[in-house]
Amino acid sequence: MTDILKVEHLGRVLPLAVPVTLLTDVSLAFQPASFTVITGPSGSGKSSLLYLLGLLDVPTTGEVFVDGTPTSALDDAARTRLRLAVFGFVFQFHFLLPEFTVLDNVMLPMRQLGRLTRPQMKNRAMELLAQLDMADQANKRPDALSGGQRQRTAVARALANDPPVVLADEPTGALDTKNAAAVFAILAGLAQQGRTVIAVTHDEGLAGTSPRRVHLVDGRVVRDAALG
Amino acid sequence: MTLPFAIALAHLRSRRRQTMVSVLGVALGVGVFIAVTGLMAGFQSFFRAQMIESNPHVTITDEVRTPAPQPLAILHPEAAVVVSRIVPRDPVRGIANAGEIMAALAAMPGVAVAPTLRGQMLMRRAGRDYAVSTIGIDPAREMRVTTLQKDIKQGSLEALGARPDGVVIGQALARKMGVALGDTVAVSTVAGGESALRVVGIFRTGLEQQDLGQVYVALNRLQSMQARPRVVNEIHIRLADISKSREIAALAEGRWGYKAAPWEETFARILEVFVLQNTIIYGSTGSILLVAGFGIFNIISTVVSEKARDIAIMRSIGMPRGSVVATFIAEGIAVGVMGVLAGWLVGFVGASIMETFPAPGAEDPTQRLMVRQTVFTYGLAAGIALLSSVGAAWIPARKAARTDPLEIIRGAT
Repeated sequence: MTDILKVEHLGRVLPLAVPVTLLTDVSLAFQPASFTVITGPSGSGKSSLLYLLGLLDVPTTGEVFVDGTPTSALDDAARTRLRLAVFGFVFQFHFLLPEFTVLDNVMLPMRQLGRLTRPQMKNRAMELLAQLDMADQANKRPDALSGGQRQRTAVARALANDPPVVLADEPTGALDTKNAAAVFAILAGLAQQGRTVIAVTHDEGLAGTSPRRVHLVDGRVVRDAALG
Repeated sequence: MTLPFAIALAHLRSRRRQTMVSVLGVALGVGVFIAVTGLMAGFQSFFRAQMIESNPHVTITDEVRTPAPQPLAILHPEAAVVVSRIVPRDPVRGIANAGEIMAALAAMPGVAVAPTLRGQMLMRRAGRDYAVSTIGIDPAREMRVTTLQKDIKQGSLEALGARPDGVVIGQALARKMGVALGDTVAVSTVAGGESALRVVGIFRTGLEQQDLGQVYVALNRLQSMQARPRVVNEIHIRLADISKSREIAALAEGRWGYKAAPWEETFARILEVFVLQNTIIYGSTGSILLVAGFGIFNIISTVVSEKARDIAIMRSIGMPRGSVVATFIAEGIAVGVMGVLAGWLVGFVGASIMETFPAPGAEDPTQRLMVRQTVFTYGLAAGIALLSSVGAAWIPARKAARTDPLEIIRGAT
């Protein structure tokens, strides 16, 4: 099966007065319908790897391939377009727009992409919210929701454009155990539906439920469970 | 509604009070612009109408602008001949063939002409002398080229035709001399003739220079007083289309050689003052609109700082930099449009109120301030306000677009 996402010899150095190395020689491949968890201690480069995978950052060395296409030569506009079409992001903090309702927040990526009519966008958003048991909260604003509900809304927003890849950065970091398990189960379910899900977490318990686990230490991959 | 505009409105709604202050700033700027420029335009329009209506559109005089070529220069056209200190011929005999010229002009469509003789005269009253510019007119023909009849407050212009010793004077001069309709005044001319004239009409144009220093007598009477029988030294022309004044003046001057001045040239000094006045008024009221732009800059800068996280998330889900700029420019435009609409109302109400104020210095107590409200003024105010709004939004919008989403996301985690 073709890799939807692949990195080869990826390196990232922050060009500060004293250069800081975030990642060194990382090579990984991700297939469709897979669920991968990236773990490691604080400062090991987990989030940095996720941002590079999601084209939010540019590697210092190496290459990120999206569906076989190298991306390092792409300009900001092309990377932005690719991000909109291919990736869905879930962050530790939900980052929902406070002035918009839950429904409007979920519709944001669809409105940006502009492929659907407004009624189609609304139907799609309501379907996603229903799948995440959030349909009855559609007209509320984020400040009226619990932490778990906000994160589920963020997941719905990430899925709005039906992206083949979902990237989650500490999606359960701000949740209690029960909500964290629920969100993780949702992410696992997305992989079963055919998406490539890559989640960063330092929760060992949740990481253990994933079929593949990549462990980073000091910016290097020290263990890739799928590879054995 | 586009996404940038929807986000822009949401941002403004979340900061209602600050938005209202910015809108109010633009509204006041637009309102003051409309009211003040309208007042100025009203005054200038009145003044211009008075100038144009009560004076000929083109005046041909018996002067010659440039001296005729000297015989030496004609004889040696290729030679370096310089003849200095030449005074243009200034015949005191008036316009030769005036009748022929007037007939030719009158044959042109939309052109009316009248012969006049202009000269200086001293009016004497109670031992005091008043130097005035005297215009000898044929009343019936003069009424076809000026609207002097409209400005007659007492008596009539036609009376000059009926009474050979009649004189029509300005209201300001009548007051200064202490004369009234029917009074007799002693006059003398440079030709030495002295006579008595009876006031048969009093006019008021509103133009001080004319009301105080210009009088009208019958043409043949002035010709007799100046010992210049049958002499005409000015031809007054009125045009159906005043925009052709320069064209007709150039044509007349080119054909007959006498100086033909369109009204724009005759009143050039006043028109220059109008230009200066416009520059000052438009500059000062326009700057109010620019200052209102600072309010918009303030609110959008604040929103950009507060919404850094939102900008980051929008960028991360795939909003291009251009859409981020569009979002904040849309905020500026939204404030600008609301301000313009409110400002139009403020301007309209302000101008309408000013129109109820009595005109300062007006003889007629019912005369009110003239405020000229035009689509152009409303459009110009809106244009400057919107330009100022976009300009004010541009700087923070560019800052927002340059935001690195990763920095914000990293900072939040």
